[in-house]
Amino acid sequence: MAPPAQSQRSQSPSQPSGKSEVSDLKLQLRQLAGSRAPGVDDSKRELFKKVISYMTIGIDVSSLFGEMVMCSATSDIVLKKMCYLYVGNYAKVNPDLALLTINFLQRDCHDQDPMIRGLALRSLCSLRVANLVEYLVGPLGSGLKDSNSYVRMVAVIGVLKLYHISASTCVDADFPSTLKHLLLNDSDTQVVANCLSALQEIWSAEASTSEEASREREALINKPVIYYLLNRIKEFSEWAQCLVLELVTKYVPSESSEIFDIMNLLEDRLQHANGAVVLATVKVFLQLTLSMTDVHQQVYERIKAPLLTLVSSGSPEQSYAVLSHLHLLVMRAPYVFSSDYKHFYCQYNEPSYVKRLKLEMLTAVANESNTYEIVTELCEYAANVDIPIARESIRAVGKIALQQYDVNAIVDRLLQFLEMEKDYVTAEALVLVKDLLRKYPQWSHDCIAVVGNISSKNVQEPKAKAALIWMLGEYSQDMQDAPYILESLVENWDEEHSAEVRLHLLTAVMKCFFKRPPETQSALGAALAAGVADFHQDVHDRALFYYRILRYNVSVAERVVNPPKQAVSVFADTQSSEIKDRIFDEFNSLSVLYQKPSYMFTDKEHRGSLEFADELGNLSIGEAADNVVSSQRVEENDKDLLLTTTEKEETRGSSNNGSAYNVPYDSSTSVFASQTQIESAISNPTTAGHSQQASFGIDDLLGLGMPAVPNVPSPPQLKLNTKAALDPSTFQQKWRQLPIALSQELSLSPQAVAALTAPQALLRHMQSHSIHCIASGGQSPNFKFFFFAQKYEESSNYLVECIINTSSGKAQVKIKADDQSTSQAFSTLFESALSKFGTP
Amino acid sequence: MISQFFVLSQRGDNIVFRDYRGEVPKGSAEIFFRKVKFWKQDGQEEAPPIFNVDGVNYFHVKVVGLFFVATTRVNVSPSLVLELLQRVARVIKDYLGVLSEDSFRKNFVLVYELLDEVIDFGYVQTTSTEVLKSYVFNEPIVVDAARLQPLGPAAIFMQGNKRMPGTAITKSVVANEPGGRKREEIFVDIIEKISVTFSSSGYILTSEIDGTIQMKSYLTGNPEIRLALNEDLSIGRGGGSVYDYGSSYGAGAVILDDCNFHESVRLDSFDMDRTLALVPPDGEFPVMNYRMTQEFKPPFHINCLIEEAGHLKAEVVLKIRAEFPSNITANTVVVEMPLLKYTIRASFELEPGAVGQRTDFKEANKKLEWDLKKIVGGFEHTLRAKLTFSQESHGNITKEAGPVSMTFTIPMYNASRLQVKYLQIAKKSSSYNPYRWVRYVTQANSYVARI
Repeated sequence: MAPPAQSQRSQSPSQPSGKSEVSDLKLQLRQLAGSRAPGVDDSKRELFKKVISYMTIGIDVSSLFGEMVMCSATSDIVLKKMCYLYVGNYAKVNPDLALLTINFLQRDCHDQDPMIRGLALRSLCSLRVANLVEYLVGPLGSGLKDSNSYVRMVAVIGVLKLYHISASTCVDADFPSTLKHLLLNDSDTQVVANCLSALQEIWSAEASTSEEASREREALINKPVIYYLLNRIKEFSEWAQCLVLELVTKYVPSESSEIFDIMNLLEDRLQHANGAVVLATVKVFLQLTLSMTDVHQQVYERIKAPLLTLVSSGSPEQSYAVLSHLHLLVMRAPYVFSSDYKHFYCQYNEPSYVKRLKLEMLTAVANESNTYEIVTELCEYAANVDIPIARESIRAVGKIALQQYDVNAIVDRLLQFLEMEKDYVTAEALVLVKDLLRKYPQWSHDCIAVVGNISSKNVQEPKAKAALIWMLGEYSQDMQDAPYILESLVENWDEEHSAEVRLHLLTAVMKCFFKRPPETQSALGAALAAGVADFHQDVHDRALFYYRILRYNVSVAERVVNPPKQAVSVFADTQSSEIKDRIFDEFNSLSVLYQKPSYMFTDKEHRGSLEFADELGNLSIGEAADNVVSSQRVEENDKDLLLTTTEKEETRGSSNNGSAYNVPYDSSTSVFASQTQIESAISNPTTAGHSQQASFGIDDLLGLGMPAVPNVPSPPQLKLNTKAALDPSTFQQKWRQLPIALSQELSLSPQAVAALTAPQALLRHMQSHSIHCIASGGQSPNFKFFFFAQKYEESSNYLVECIINTSSGKAQVKIKADDQSTSQAFSTLFESALSKFGTP
Repeated sequence: MISQFFVLSQRGDNIVFRDYRGEVPKGSAEIFFRKVKFWKQDGQEEAPPIFNVDGVNYFHVKVVGLFFVATTRVNVSPSLVLELLQRVARVIKDYLGVLSEDSFRKNFVLVYELLDEVIDFGYVQTTSTEVLKSYVFNEPIVVDAARLQPLGPAAIFMQGNKRMPGTAITKSVVANEPGGRKREEIFVDIIEKISVTFSSSGYILTSEIDGTIQMKSYLTGNPEIRLALNEDLSIGRGGGSVYDYGSSYGAGAVILDDCNFHESVRLDSFDMDRTLALVPPDGEFPVMNYRMTQEFKPPFHINCLIEEAGHLKAEVVLKIRAEFPSNITANTVVVEMPLLKYTIRASFELEPGAVGQRTDFKEANKKLEWDLKKIVGGFEHTLRAKLTFSQESHGNITKEAGPVSMTFTIPMYNASRLQVKYLQIAKKSSSYNPYRWVRYVTQANSYVARI
């Protein structure tokens, strides 16, 4: 529907103001309405054009409705089309007059010319007037059976339009089942594609109220439909191909050979010039191979080149959309792209939103071999004319420093930034140096020497100032001037506008005081006085607290304010892995561009057919059958973790990234075997566990006091529940929340190494020791397992991550526990269980 | 699935506006335009092509200064919508001959006709110029290309802000020729955009060629066409995609990293003799896009020196050397260099007898600009600039100026050496001999020298 009826916009002088012109047109149209004079069609055309041009710029021409309809009795198709356009726009606001058009539209629906039939049917369905729907059913029914594919194409979309005007009329006329028939039988692929669009929309909307509709929607994703569509894929237009491919991503093949068949069939779609087709294909490949670590990895290798080509061809807008997807993949599996880092260098004329993505990608792919070059490149950007980008480049350097082991060279670069004498560069660099020192305190000596040269007067930004003050406090014993700099900062207390800086100043003065009391005493007094008088609540409270604790006991105060610190090992990620997985599930959608899952930016009814993860997520609690689904999901979600452990082998093995996905059959079966293993491991105990717990509950209620198990003083040895149950989503949640209680490296016996040919061997063994596996993966020599166990008769859980390398015979074990105090006991148990593996 | 499609002028006026589903509240065009216009307070940052305001997703592409916009409330594939917008622009261009605000306004009824057939209720029906012919009845009112604002000789290849190559052809696919007869002709353009970054010591840090073989056919009866490329062309770089300079340079073989093809292209004999077979659809379309990181000889060598010359003064010496044969001429060369932030004056000195050159100091963003109408192959040009500063510089002045960037167009030159060896038109009659135009052009995408 076009233009707002009452345009709010002030009209520019060149545009007609409206009123008088419209009444003028009305008059002229009336004169022509009955005329049959030669050449009248040409004059009508001119008038119609004027009407439509007014309509476009937002002048309300709805008052001409009657005249327009009167003039529409014509055989001139250009006139007809303009009239249809007009009617479609204004019928909704003129429902009474719309009735006038029904007549001629219905007549046109029976025209000789299929073009006219199609056009009339389209206009008829576009009226959007609820009380006219009775006139639609008949023409739509015959339109769907029309011999001409253009008319059928229009009719199928017409059904969807009818559904939106009156869902019940559409369903009562049984149109959905007619569409379903056409979907599988029509010879024209655009008719088929429209059926698919319409049915997906109708059944998704109906599914909330009708179980049958949700079954029908699921039925679209069954093997015969998918195969029927896939086999004709090349006959579809490129747009319809995207539609089909999106449907295929929801299909779950029953065996791995199917996966390879589908991928081989779609292989050449990756060479399509249309980026939408390529991304839809990529999504199919990624989704299909989620449960097959090694093939999934190959897919990454395969899709790299086509995506890079799309990024560099096409308009800047198109390349941005593709680059965003590449960004997602790089963040998921940086090591796959580590040799392609040069593609992520910024070009000087790129818009900031592209540069920002590229900076993140460069940060992610940095590893031992390319860090030097990447950091050199980033340092070039630090002098960029675009200041926000320059800042982000410096931050990127810092992030790389924090994720690398060898930071020698990077520290030097950061220190050079400090000497560049550009305010914003110094500011960013100070913040980074602070973070760096929190992770690598061993660098304090070098850094402090440079930081000491910076005049605090040149640092204005609150974050940078706070960082500088933190360093002054933390390293006051190494910085000659620290007490005096702090003192001068305290003197200017009132000029400091940022509460954050004042808070840091208080703490820094305290720390300095503990280290160099005589020099700091007066500054501390002044700071506390100023702080207590501060207007800001937090500053006031902190100052008061410091004051009181100092009065109570200075050495207690030191223990509180300046305890020995542990170096930070990992800075928290801003986005949870659950959110990241959600976004990955919604690949090839806006979620990737906004870097948010769709529920964060769309209302429920508009989430559309992409929403599939939702339903899967809801299944995770409940019966055993559901657990199977979600246990697969854990494995899927964990895939990138698994990838990291097996990375080295994979990259070596997958250099043959050719077109065929013929993975050695045994490896794929082993993946499946391990999965069924997990399923059985979980499904049985769940039910058993429930009933057991239930019976205990009743006993307690009755107060019968079961055979005195709880009364026996707990034995020193930990006892595990043999039938422990834990559903995968709880596992994931706990794994994220709990801290690592214990982390150790165990050695495996040669027998154990020999026995560990496939993950499931160990699973069975550990299960016999009441330690259950929830997810596993990997290939010789690297295996990764997630185990869990439960304390006997208590719902206290132990979670274990165990990475085994058979070539070194070592196992890295990380244990997390609900009850930290017993984690050592559990660890002993786990170790002994593991040590028995492989012994007969 | 989209909800609305509209085209806005640079000033934000609706040129065409089509609402397919009535789901997006009124005023979306105004909301969109305000958002784009004032994306960030300082106006420094461009609005991204896709953003969300109050649950409505706005997609846009800029073509010849016009905004092509789509809106939707649904979480759709962003690539699909952007490709669609670009394609709609191309289809409209095919019909109108010239894409401009003027031609749009003159032909908006035809444009509405097209839009009704391209999209129905938000779903794409067809974007094939050829299929659409049977549904479109309005005759285009052709806008005289010559009457458009005077464009430089290279501008015929320019479109949008990333210099998206178009072709020189401004003929509508449906309009009749003045003589009544259609001229039988086919155009094949090999358009390459090159990106090179030189380090401060003159090494090539990165280089890439992004190429397109673009076709526009006016042949009647849609005959099959065979396009033969270099026989020694190979695709895919063995051993991963690590930049690997020097290994193949000069060996003669053209090695593409990767490429993709238009749907109509059949690759039956491509592996054997590097021939593409296709029945070209009407209108303009890319036959093949390719990407190459194999080393090539950059067309220009840039040399830049900046030195302090006394108190509050410095001198810049810029040298540009054209490293291609003398029978080739580069057009519309622009050299830009950001200067130190506290530069207040710059005076320029061109070489004696220089013609068609212009220099400028952009006060607002402290930038040096040097335009050269043309550069003949083999020649070198020099510019000297004397700078005056408002304050003492502290550190290294080379760190605070640059990098030097260049834009240019070089007709009949291609850096990759990819060639169309022949263009064969399969048609029975021996007298049938349509015009065949095969043209090459190279443009700078990002051509940068650090100092």
